[in-house]
Amino acid sequence: MFALYVGLAVAILLIVLNIVLSKISFPKEARILSIIVILVGYIYWGFEPFAHHEMHPHVEDASFAFDGKQDIEALEHEGKDATEAKTFWATIAKIAEHKGDAVAGKALVTANCTGCHSIKTEGFAEVMSDADAAASYGVTPPDLSIAGRVYDRNYLIAFISNPVKAMHIEHKYPVGGEKVFPMPSSDFMQPQEIADMVAYLVDSASKVPAPKIKEGSSEFEISKATNKEVFETACVRCHAMNYASIQAKTSAEAMSKYIGATPPDLSQYIRSRGEHYLHNFINDPQRKLSGTGMPRVGLTEKAQTQVVEYMTQIGDSKKDEREALGPKVLIYLTILAIFALLWKQKIWRDLH
Amino acid sequence: MAEFEKANSIGEWFDQRLNVKAFTKVMMTEYWIPKEINFLWAMGALLVMLFKLLIITGIFLLMYYKPDVNMAFDSVNYTIMQEVGYGWLFRNIHGVGASVVFLIIYIHMFTAIYYGSYKKGREMIWLSGMLLFVLFSAEGFSGYMLPWGQMSYWAAYVITEIFGGIPFIGGDLVIWIRGNFYVADATLTRFFMLHVLLIPVVLIGAIAFHFYTLRFPHVNNEEGEFFDYKKESEKYLAGDKANSKVIAFWPDFLSKDFMVIAIFMVFFFYLVFYNNGFAMDPVNFDKADGMKTPAHIYPEWYFLWSYEVLRGFFFEIGGVSGKDLGLMAFGFAQGIFLVLPWLDRSPMVKPANQRPVFKYWFWLLMADLFVLTIFGKLPPTGINAYVGFFASTTFLGLFISLPFLTTIESKIVGGK
Repeated sequence: MFALYVGLAVAILLIVLNIVLSKISFPKEARILSIIVILVGYIYWGFEPFAHHEMHPHVEDASFAFDGKQDIEALEHEGKDATEAKTFWATIAKIAEHKGDAVAGKALVTANCTGCHSIKTEGFAEVMSDADAAASYGVTPPDLSIAGRVYDRNYLIAFISNPVKAMHIEHKYPVGGEKVFPMPSSDFMQPQEIADMVAYLVDSASKVPAPKIKEGSSEFEISKATNKEVFETACVRCHAMNYASIQAKTSAEAMSKYIGATPPDLSQYIRSRGEHYLHNFINDPQRKLSGTGMPRVGLTEKAQTQVVEYMTQIGDSKKDEREALGPKVLIYLTILAIFALLWKQKIWRDLH
Repeated sequence: MAEFEKANSIGEWFDQRLNVKAFTKVMMTEYWIPKEINFLWAMGALLVMLFKLLIITGIFLLMYYKPDVNMAFDSVNYTIMQEVGYGWLFRNIHGVGASVVFLIIYIHMFTAIYYGSYKKGREMIWLSGMLLFVLFSAEGFSGYMLPWGQMSYWAAYVITEIFGGIPFIGGDLVIWIRGNFYVADATLTRFFMLHVLLIPVVLIGAIAFHFYTLRFPHVNNEEGEFFDYKKESEKYLAGDKANSKVIAFWPDFLSKDFMVIAIFMVFFFYLVFYNNGFAMDPVNFDKADGMKTPAHIYPEWYFLWSYEVLRGFFFEIGGVSGKDLGLMAFGFAQGIFLVLPWLDRSPMVKPANQRPVFKYWFWLLMADLFVLTIFGKLPPTGINAYVGFFASTTFLGLFISLPFLTTIESKIVGGK
């Protein structure tokens, strides 16, 4: 409806403008050009920005606080009971106040986590092959080598306490439901113990050396390798990236059994979804696409930026080349246009 | 064979064999164009330029593209866009060019409608131009299928499905067009053939024919003035260029065309490098999947107005289903521009703003096409559906009333 009013207003405005300009001695070609520019600009606005605005309703921007505030607000906004969420996130905030001890945490992680998870950089190898792990748990459990760097501390605390709640997948694993999430909740543990485990993950991750890169590599290659490390931890358990020859750790067949859908190949997602969408979606998938099988993975802002950057480096690898060539071509054409203008004036001088 | 004297220069050598001098005169230096024109008269040359760009980039893309449902998507988005040197540039020029060519076609077409350049001897120019519009539409549609993305697939599905509405033969016709019961490999390969061979060949012929149609009635001018070309060209040749109403095609007319083209190319390459999303829809970067319908299916912007006419009739009227009504309206919209010279019963060849009745009709049509285009992309729910219905009906009404309105105009202006 709005567009209709704007359309009418513009049409009327144009007619008025046309009449006014024809009364004063305004160059006719400039007048025609201005009308064409306004009409083309308006139609472009209509089928691009306006249409996108109508088809993709705005959602709140990504939040990296991981304090449950947005969840509680959303529940209250929908008029639902937010008591449970409030209690949960209040507990998380309490745990977060504890200063963790990495040494104590190492013992706890060894006893509680390494039965399923590998931490390769700390010498904890995989218990079984990716395929066997997927068959046993539904999905291949992640390696935790850089978990403490890629995932937010608050999120890790919430995740260890109650994975389903932290990941926003209650719709897939309702309390008392048939399906049970493969990783059990550890909310029975002492707050200090959880804080210690997270402290160990953060500490061990900080000791992981930067990925090895051939000497003399370009800045692009170095940044690509660093980003790839994060991408592999954050996304590759479920997603493939064919254009980088990266296969998902869990087979499509197992994934389909696990979440009821096949996670897409991410090679062209930077083109099909765009940076802005990805930024909001990865941060909290449910908010952008309610009911999706993808969980909130709890990436820190830096890690998420690296993931999106990697998707650009693979999916739009010629971006830098394009942006470097653009100005040169435009400058060349501008000079050409000036010469064309001068030549036209020279020819037409005799004609008037 | 006539005896040839020894040529004194290369030019003479060619002239003896090809009659180059006379040919240049006829085609260039003594091909007369009216002087009273503005930059809108350069749209034809601009279209030739864009068509050349499309052919050249298309040839490069053709070297790497693979018309196979399993390989097409990656051959475009990986091989061409990321592996081949400057493949991305050729694809962006081709994609943006295909979209922008329609913008210029529309400007060219509505310039002709505005200045009345389709009547009093210029009917063949109009008809051949509309033939070109149909061919470009087919070329655009077949090309859109080739990257084999989600929009390629579903646009192909929806558009081929339209033929199913034709009485009696519809069902069989759809299968015949697709080469299968659904949109499949056979569909892709035949549309590939159409896109790179049959339609371009016919297009080149049609463009030549369009130029030929201009020859005798001559290009229209800004005031719709009819004058004696022979007298005016004699003035020009005698050296009195300033007082002649004509200019030569070369170098006078083309120097202005080149200026417009060069300025336009700055804008065009800005789009190629920095703003090409409007021409290459993000949804099409998802590989075609016949099991997964995209949330919104819409054609490229230049088909939106006719798409909206197609779906504007969404309810049954007098026992005819909305779908059939939409199909009829769509058929009407596709064909009606073709007969415009005979719908306009007014003898006036003047810019629309100088025509007492036609000017309202023209700007109403423009406004209606804008509404159709914008609502053609939005989901047809709630109020949007009624806006679509209203705008579609207005479109039909405008063309049905045109003969009557222009007859009134004819009386007002006294048959002149």
